[in-house]
Amino acid sequence: MTTITEAPAPAPDGTARTLTYVKAFNEGLGQVMREDDSVFVAGEDVAGYGGVFRMFEGLLEEFGPRRMVDTPISEAALVGLGVGAAARGLRPVVDLMFMDFIGVCLDQIVNQAAKMKYMFGGAVSVPLTITTASGAGLGAAAQHSQSLEAWLAHVPGLKVVMPCDAYTAKGLTVSAIRDDNPVVVMLNKVLLGSKSEVPEQIYGIPLGQAHTARQGSDVTVVALGRMVGEALTAAAELAAEGVEIEVIDPRTVQPLDTETVIASVRRTNRVLVVHEAVTFGGLGAEIAAQIQDAAFDYLDAPVLRIGAPFSPVPFSPVLEKAYVPDAARIAQGCRRLLERS
Amino acid sequence: MTQDKPANTAAHPISPQVVKDLYERMVRIRLFETEAGKLMEAGKLPGFLHLYVGQEAVAAGVMAALRDDDQITSTHRGHGHAVAKGVGFKEMYAELYGRVTGACLGRGGSMHINDVTLGMLGANGIVGAGIPIAVGAAFAARYKSEDGVAVTFFGDGATNIGSFHEAANMAAVLRLPVLFICENNGYAEFTPQSKHMLLTDVADRAAAYGMPSVIVDGMDAVAVHRAATEAVARARAGEGPMFIEAKTYRYYDHQGVKGLRHPYRSQEEVDTWKARDPIDLLRDRALADGTATGAELDDIERRTRDEIAEAIAHAEASPLPDTADLLLNVYSG
Repeated sequence: MTTITEAPAPAPDGTARTLTYVKAFNEGLGQVMREDDSVFVAGEDVAGYGGVFRMFEGLLEEFGPRRMVDTPISEAALVGLGVGAAARGLRPVVDLMFMDFIGVCLDQIVNQAAKMKYMFGGAVSVPLTITTASGAGLGAAAQHSQSLEAWLAHVPGLKVVMPCDAYTAKGLTVSAIRDDNPVVVMLNKVLLGSKSEVPEQIYGIPLGQAHTARQGSDVTVVALGRMVGEALTAAAELAAEGVEIEVIDPRTVQPLDTETVIASVRRTNRVLVVHEAVTFGGLGAEIAAQIQDAAFDYLDAPVLRIGAPFSPVPFSPVLEKAYVPDAARIAQGCRRLLERS
Repeated sequence: MTQDKPANTAAHPISPQVVKDLYERMVRIRLFETEAGKLMEAGKLPGFLHLYVGQEAVAAGVMAALRDDDQITSTHRGHGHAVAKGVGFKEMYAELYGRVTGACLGRGGSMHINDVTLGMLGANGIVGAGIPIAVGAAFAARYKSEDGVAVTFFGDGATNIGSFHEAANMAAVLRLPVLFICENNGYAEFTPQSKHMLLTDVADRAAAYGMPSVIVDGMDAVAVHRAATEAVARARAGEGPMFIEAKTYRYYDHQGVKGLRHPYRSQEEVDTWKARDPIDLLRDRALADGTATGAELDDIERRTRDEIAEAIAHAEASPLPDTADLLLNVYSG
């Protein structure tokens, strides 16, 4: 039933449709809701207000209060409602607004949603989707800016996706809702207004399958979420210097498609992993470890990790800009890798 | 406190059939647990064991008011709820033994026993965590235009955790068919109620969420059953959630069957509660008012003992899980 559109086909007349990231998410969600009556949305201000990031605009009008449910500010009960409803055959989409709020409902995510199928001997599935906005860059400070994918990717039973543009925001959301497991969709706040080409029909993007966003032969850059765009910017800059960067977007960090990464590293022999989350204990550490397990002999340089320093996300824009990795740091990292032979 | 009606008032007489049903559910729990305790003492069971003995009237009284399609969520002390909801002895003992024939295929153990075909959405190792899940199950019933209700069991101690308060408020504000059954056994693990809250009646907490509540004698299965029946009817009719506080007592300690490092309750207190044993109380009443004969009740006990012996033999003869299947059911699909 999943329609897979690997990449938007370029419109022959040059009038390809573009949508913002948030509108693409909204369109995909609306389409899955039309396709499947068991899908409903619950969360704080998702219905009447349409979501604080306009993620759910228009859905109350179309689907009514049965399927668009405003709840109290009670994240533990909200996720628990999702777990119970999912166990009873519905496909809940619960919205946590900011990813930083996950701390107040982590038990329901980690001990209930993630483990229920396993603990019950397979007797039940939990097709729960949790949407949440993550990432720094808006001056939202330490409690509204984190990228906590490493916490969740560490938990068996959960899936975690990180859309990097409007196209993936729609396709990964559709696949997350159709998936029979609990999936956390980490939308990136900075990207909400960014535009890219988005097919009008409903489509899913396979979970656990990385995408090579740019082909290159000199350095592999594995970039998560918003860092994909930064890596592509860095690649354009380096291309002018005669260096060809291969950019891999895992799209899903749990399950993680390491095969695509390793195949690339075997060709380029140099690799950098970049994410917004703090470097320590981040996905970069896991990816680096898997690369050295599988492709140690192919490496011409140690795997380089670029992430945030080990500090909370700062408020002042000057500090925040210095905190979050960007194209310049990625380009610099690639140059460092190429200095080694 | 909003105490709607005193539950002990016999609005309707309880039929002999219901009395025998309540008795059988309680005996099944008592004997299951007593045998499980012996197996634990004999070193046959891995892990933890939180025995339900003493509290049988609550599970029996509530469950006898439910249909198979009504959903329940339980606690770490979940065997009683599972047995009363109809989960089989074979699956339960096999799970306690960690066998592949167990209710969780040996993956869950005592604290995750479930049977979703019977609406038993699991014991739960996290205090209070089952409460919001029941709210979700109730939500699903209403979403599907079914008249099923969801019942969540929890202890006095669990009403100090956030998920209880969040879930109670959410159920009330969404007007969902949820029964909140507080089994107040007087202790949060080893801490007496007087040291973990300033209320005498946990039911007072329901008022904070605009939810009606009732207090019942949790050693009296008939009283529990009457209160639950009214609350279920109310929830099924779309009148929203209700809170029942059943004052009861745990005969064993928080966990296991062995002695304790510290005496945290007096022998006198234990004896006082045991003098009002829920099974004895119902038996005496049934014999006195003629709703059952001694032979009928003895027969229930005998049949249950036979079934338990068979289930334990089945568990012991069952294969262990295959270590090659370590990743089974981590994910769907």
